Amino acid sequence: MDVKELAIRHGLTEEEYQLVLDELGRTPTAPEVGVVSAMWSEHCSYKSSRVHLKRLPTTGPQVVQGPGENAGAVDIGDGLAAVFKMESHNHPSYIEPYQGAATGVGGILRDVFTMGARPVGNLNSLRFGAIDHERTPYLYHGVVAGIAGYGNCVGVPTVGGEVYFDPSYNGNILVNVFTVGIAEKDGIFRGVAAGIGNPIFYVGAGTGRDGIHGATMASEQFDEGSEEKRPTVQVGDPFREKLLIEACLELMRTGAIIGIQDMGAAGLTSSSVEMADRGNNGVRIQIHDIPMREEGMNAYECLLSESQERMLVVLERGREDEVARVFDKWELEWAQIGEVIDGDRFEVFEGEEQVVDLPVSLLTSSAPCYERPMKRPAYMDALTEALPEEPEDLSEALAALLASPNICSRRPIFEQFDHMVGVGTVVAPGQGDAAVLRVPGTDAALAIAVDCNPRYCYLDPYEGARLAVAECARNISCTGAKPLGTTDCMNFGDPTNPEIMWQFARAIDGMSEACLALDVPVVGGNVSLYNASSNVDIYPTPTVALVGRFEQPLQESRGYCTMAFEQAGDAVLVLGTTRVADMGGSEYLWTTTGELGARPPKLDLEAEVALQDLLRELISDGVLASAHDCSEGGLGVALVESCLASKNLLGVDLEFLDVIERADLTLFSESPSRVVVSTRWDDFDTVLEAAARAHVPASLIGKVTERSRVVWGEHLDLALGEAKDRHETGLHMLD
Amino acid sequence: MSFAVVVFPGSNCDRDCFHVIDKVLGQPVEYIWHRDHEIPDGIDCVIVPGGFSYGDYLRSGAVAKMSPIMDAVARFARAGGKVLGICNGFQILLEAGLLPGAMQRNTSLEFICKPVHLRCATRRTAFTGSLSEGQVLQIPIAHAEGNYFIDDDGLERLQDNAQIVFQYANAMGEVTVGANPNGSVHNIAGICNEAGNVVGMMPHPERAAESILGSVDGLALFESVLGQ
Repeated sequence: MDVKELAIRHGLTEEEYQLVLDELGRTPTAPEVGVVSAMWSEHCSYKSSRVHLKRLPTTGPQVVQGPGENAGAVDIGDGLAAVFKMESHNHPSYIEPYQGAATGVGGILRDVFTMGARPVGNLNSLRFGAIDHERTPYLYHGVVAGIAGYGNCVGVPTVGGEVYFDPSYNGNILVNVFTVGIAEKDGIFRGVAAGIGNPIFYVGAGTGRDGIHGATMASEQFDEGSEEKRPTVQVGDPFREKLLIEACLELMRTGAIIGIQDMGAAGLTSSSVEMADRGNNGVRIQIHDIPMREEGMNAYECLLSESQERMLVVLERGREDEVARVFDKWELEWAQIGEVIDGDRFEVFEGEEQVVDLPVSLLTSSAPCYERPMKRPAYMDALTEALPEEPEDLSEALAALLASPNICSRRPIFEQFDHMVGVGTVVAPGQGDAAVLRVPGTDAALAIAVDCNPRYCYLDPYEGARLAVAECARNISCTGAKPLGTTDCMNFGDPTNPEIMWQFARAIDGMSEACLALDVPVVGGNVSLYNASSNVDIYPTPTVALVGRFEQPLQESRGYCTMAFEQAGDAVLVLGTTRVADMGGSEYLWTTTGELGARPPKLDLEAEVALQDLLRELISDGVLASAHDCSEGGLGVALVESCLASKNLLGVDLEFLDVIERADLTLFSESPSRVVVSTRWDDFDTVLEAAARAHVPASLIGKVTERSRVVWGEHLDLALGEAKDRHETGLHMLD
Repeated sequence: MSFAVVVFPGSNCDRDCFHVIDKVLGQPVEYIWHRDHEIPDGIDCVIVPGGFSYGDYLRSGAVAKMSPIMDAVARFARAGGKVLGICNGFQILLEAGLLPGAMQRNTSLEFICKPVHLRCATRRTAFTGSLSEGQVLQIPIAHAEGNYFIDDDGLERLQDNAQIVFQYANAMGEVTVGANPNGSVHNIAGICNEAGNVVGMMPHPERAAESILGSVDGLALFESVLGQ
């Protein structure tokens, strides 16, 4: 095969190949073709998305590390930083769900601990096809078990997440995983190859032939033959990852490390090239020195293998013994495989023979960058308003919503995750709107959450992205924490389709606006394109995860909130405005009619900011007994969830709730910027007064009751025992 | 009273146990590396913590039992030293023969992490002296292989010698089938050796030792050993 044909088969376009020829002034070698195609893949180069990503807000006084490193970081006080990032592992997880999801967790953990942070919490955001699609049970069980298998073994608690089932993901599921770690604010490590002559060490697992060209696979659509790509999915070893975490953190404490980076997508190639780029230096690598677990691997395979649990370390010259001491102790492989060199070359030798000689800049700053054509999707003009018939039995309608796959209890998932290891989990899955983690041994505490309603984003990517950021921040504020920073996973379809690029661009605009308004700069993230199968694109899914901090140290049941009603007799209030027009994209509309409607709920960012400020003020003053955001299923579902989370299955009597137009729409509208709160009866005036001062609409709607029923005059009377059964068994059809 | 926490390469509850002993109980505590051959002088109580000692790819604890430190733990136990194995630590004590029986995978074949209720079946051990028989504790479990098995003769011996320490129960302390999360014989959650100085249990008392984490019931185990 000639070299050009090889390049095309590796995913380079004819124009891109010509660019390589022009830059080099010669025909590239086969390993060079592999290196260029991997670095220029969508996954590594962000060539379709870069022009848009620039519009995201990325700065603020709280930002310790913005985009461009392995993970972002924000200041959480006490001299500490929260280091966090979210990443997608969509394509591998569809092909091999267990290993795809497991290695996703492994990769995101490495992105965080490479910064010098000990990982303290994981989240995940999962999208599966319709719950009754034939492939969904297999993919669901594989992905959940894969996340559990990896996270549980490394000893990092998986403390929350979100899951949607929708036919748009039938042929392309999404697995987005998030890790937050804690580092000394002044002790953050970066992926930089600095200091000419400094040795480059390879540490961790040996290199095998697994995962070669995974980054390229993630940059293409799926088709009939995708199953055959199973060999490009890597196999994870969480035990080795655990050793790698401990060994790297121990080596970092010696002060001998100049720079360190995980070998993720495009393995040794991207890690060494990116480190060289950040250091404004070149690197020289000797293939024969790489620890291998298979015989006879050539330069091409070694450069592009995506074998897991490997790191690249640039060490201060003269301190090589420290690597040996630490990595021998943890029984991990290590080898010096190269050095930092003067200039701008990525040089790879196989013995005496030089097989790669490329300018670093060709692979990084000079990589192609496209302003792809955009077009407002035609389907958007065909969207029509829809409204369900008013049900005869509202109690049954509520119970049915509680059992819907997108609302029902996630217990079958989160009980498979060790969500308590680390003795930091203050608010566990199912208890609050966000996970709350304290950092043992310090006064620091965090709240973390992840969100995205893909139906809203399909109806309007701009509004949908704004809503995702607002809801995620609201979830953080419902615990009492202040949102500080954002990481995102931009999961979209095929970028060569102008309608998809339009969705992408609009989502970025919406996200930018909301992040700016809520003061949560984007400090890192990931773009996953080509989420399409046989030319059917997924719904645009700009998933966001936020990290917030508590400004006061947490004390037992003070300074933070869960969603659980606390005691009978407490007043129940709603903060925010319910609009019955906000039915578009709602779970109620979808489950009753199969329609999406014409437009997502309307978000006013100013009102959102006022609401969240008020919430945090009330929680830190100790006024609220519970706080729970209204999202899918609206007020009705939020109220039942607060009942179900309570210790003794407390009920609620909605004696003061007014009907707006129709009782069902009042209960199930998904107007954003609303929170159900409870407070001691004597304090409800305090809440109303504070809300009035903050210009947040608020109303008393009822009272918490001993009796385990949700009652609303003549409209509703639902026994919580039944509600609980329906809620807990919603995912049973996957078994 | 001086504690030591054994660290295998894949232990992941070692730091949690250390935190509780150090910060919550204010007692002296140190780590012992799995390659060490001796329990340091002056140690009164050894904790074998939870985690995935060697990845548990074979059978939980099957590799860890061959670590040098386990011979030292066995000698320490024979000499009357107090040993508490938690979760993977319990599995290791079984594999090492310090406690009778074996572990199978949970009947659900899935990892299970949730708070459960335990009924204390005996207060004669080094770790249950401050409890009363029949007392109910709420302590979380987090394991995939906690389905304790022992044959009928073995079970009879455990019963005759009062070696069953904890059983999975409901909130009222009734030992029911529904309260058994993993299929364990006789709802067994924890056992001791004949002398009562070695206890193994699947639930994690270190995760129930501070009110901010939802339960302080696990503290009783540490307080019991301190009270001696």
